[in-house]
Amino acid sequence: MTITEKILAAHSGKEQVSAGELINAKVDLLLANDITAPIAITEFKKIGAKDVFDRERIAFIPDHFAPQKDIKAAEQCKMLRDFSKEYNLGLYFEVGRMGVEHALLPEQGLVVPGDLVIGADSHTCTYGALGAFSTGVGSTDVASAMATGECWFKVPESIKFIYYGKLNKWVSGKDLILHTIGDIGVDGALYMAMEFEGETIASLPMSGRLTMCNMAIEAGGKNGIIVPDEITEHYVKGRAKREYKFYSSDKDATYAEIKEYDCSKIPPTVSCPHLPSNTKPATELSSVTIDQVVVGSCTNGRIEDLREAAGIIKGKKVNPDTRMIVIPATQQIYLQAVKEGLAEIFVEADAVFSTPTCGPCLGGHMGILAKGEKAIATTNRNFVGRMGHPESEVYLSNPAVAAASAVLGRIGTPEEVI
Amino acid sequence: MILKGKVWKFGNNIDTDAIIPARYLNTSDPDELAKHIMEDADKEFPSKVSAGDLIVAEANFGCGSSREHAPVAIKAAGIQAVVAKSFARIFYRNAFNIGLPIFESEEASGKIKEGDEIEVDADKGIIRNITKNEEYTAKPIPPFMQELISAGGLIEWTKKRIKAS
Repeated sequence: MTITEKILAAHSGKEQVSAGELINAKVDLLLANDITAPIAITEFKKIGAKDVFDRERIAFIPDHFAPQKDIKAAEQCKMLRDFSKEYNLGLYFEVGRMGVEHALLPEQGLVVPGDLVIGADSHTCTYGALGAFSTGVGSTDVASAMATGECWFKVPESIKFIYYGKLNKWVSGKDLILHTIGDIGVDGALYMAMEFEGETIASLPMSGRLTMCNMAIEAGGKNGIIVPDEITEHYVKGRAKREYKFYSSDKDATYAEIKEYDCSKIPPTVSCPHLPSNTKPATELSSVTIDQVVVGSCTNGRIEDLREAAGIIKGKKVNPDTRMIVIPATQQIYLQAVKEGLAEIFVEADAVFSTPTCGPCLGGHMGILAKGEKAIATTNRNFVGRMGHPESEVYLSNPAVAAASAVLGRIGTPEEVI
Repeated sequence: MILKGKVWKFGNNIDTDAIIPARYLNTSDPDELAKHIMEDADKEFPSKVSAGDLIVAEANFGCGSSREHAPVAIKAAGIQAVVAKSFARIFYRNAFNIGLPIFESEEASGKIKEGDEIEVDADKGIIRNITKNEEYTAKPIPPFMQELISAGGLIEWTKKRIKAS
């Protein structure tokens, strides 16, 4: 069996499962945010369950339109708080304690290797980086699981992606996943598990692994997953709030397909409007002027990402025709960035240093684009209207390319500014 | 169940941001959401669409976000069903969970044009193009999904399970 099949089997009380099988599985943790939890709460109440299945395994995180951007958003956030009080939920994160959900939960050790996690947010697939099975579902799925602690799944087929060779300078997990999506397309892994492995992954830090699994959904994947190793152990040790288990794929496991990538041939990569699969080397886009740069999100808002961007922009200024918005993904990352002097570097460079929020990534608040404006962002989607006006444009990149582009006022590479 | 109506045609990779842009997600009221249905794919769509119409699209319909607001908005706009070559997986689950009929058919997706009058026999999985006098077959709905449909959606299905246990 693959690691995905093993985790699904273990959570459905079966010795073995295989691709295509429908199972009902126990959930270790479920989550929802201020956009999706209101529907989950309404639907949960319709079920008429006496209580939630486990008050320590339901995480409610107001992060999308929080800090509350308008009255309607405030009402939605309040639903989460009221419900959490009513049911005495242990994992409600108020503004000031919250962060972007998929950065917060691994950081706090609330998701651990071997877990089965569902979330009413498509980027729930992020936790596969820890060797967990995690996938995005709808609010009604979460409502049902809040009552029963279970969820139905079709066991996915797996595609194995093998990465070998040394990473080029300024190439990170983001470039590997953008390149992969560019290769297979936005439905290249539809309904499937994307299992990432190979020597390059073996030496990729956890931050890069989280970025890769985060974007599995952009290829249509059900989950992204990496077999846990020493890097995983190092990350979860001292952090994990529950016992964890390392699963691995058998040598004779079945894969629908095996893809191999020579990483020495992957340059800093940018996804052009309006699909994540529309990738080009950053060097080919130097004619694209940029109005806004965003460094943040569940994809690239971790401390390593902020360090990378700060390293480029230190002692320089954001181009006068460009604005730069830096959003640490959690309070802990925010504080760390302050302590390390990263916040100062950004502010000195004329960038905005924001409190944690999903904010502009989904066109919510804190950096919306006007008609005709172009942004380069370390986020995950560049669909029409994603960051604002339907006639604005979003380019996706890693933090180093985003920071270099902020200095240049156009898309560019770190070599051009260092 | 027979679903008969006029078709609005869309292309590949219609994402959930196009179906219901995030800027309207500070509410989950279905009627409010319906006012902005498909707005970023076709600005005029909310004023053009009528209750009883159907959507036919190409591959990977509903990709992107997990927002259940997408199928909810389609349903609230009075659209009877969506036929596509393929659906993104979270949208697929959400549609069954909330009771929006969806059908996968490469042939129907390829041959049906905007403005065609079609008739979907939901139980038999047959799509008839009245305008062109053609008939296409949809992929069979998996037995578990049929169970969800006959229960009246996931919430009703869950209620039954809780009662039975």
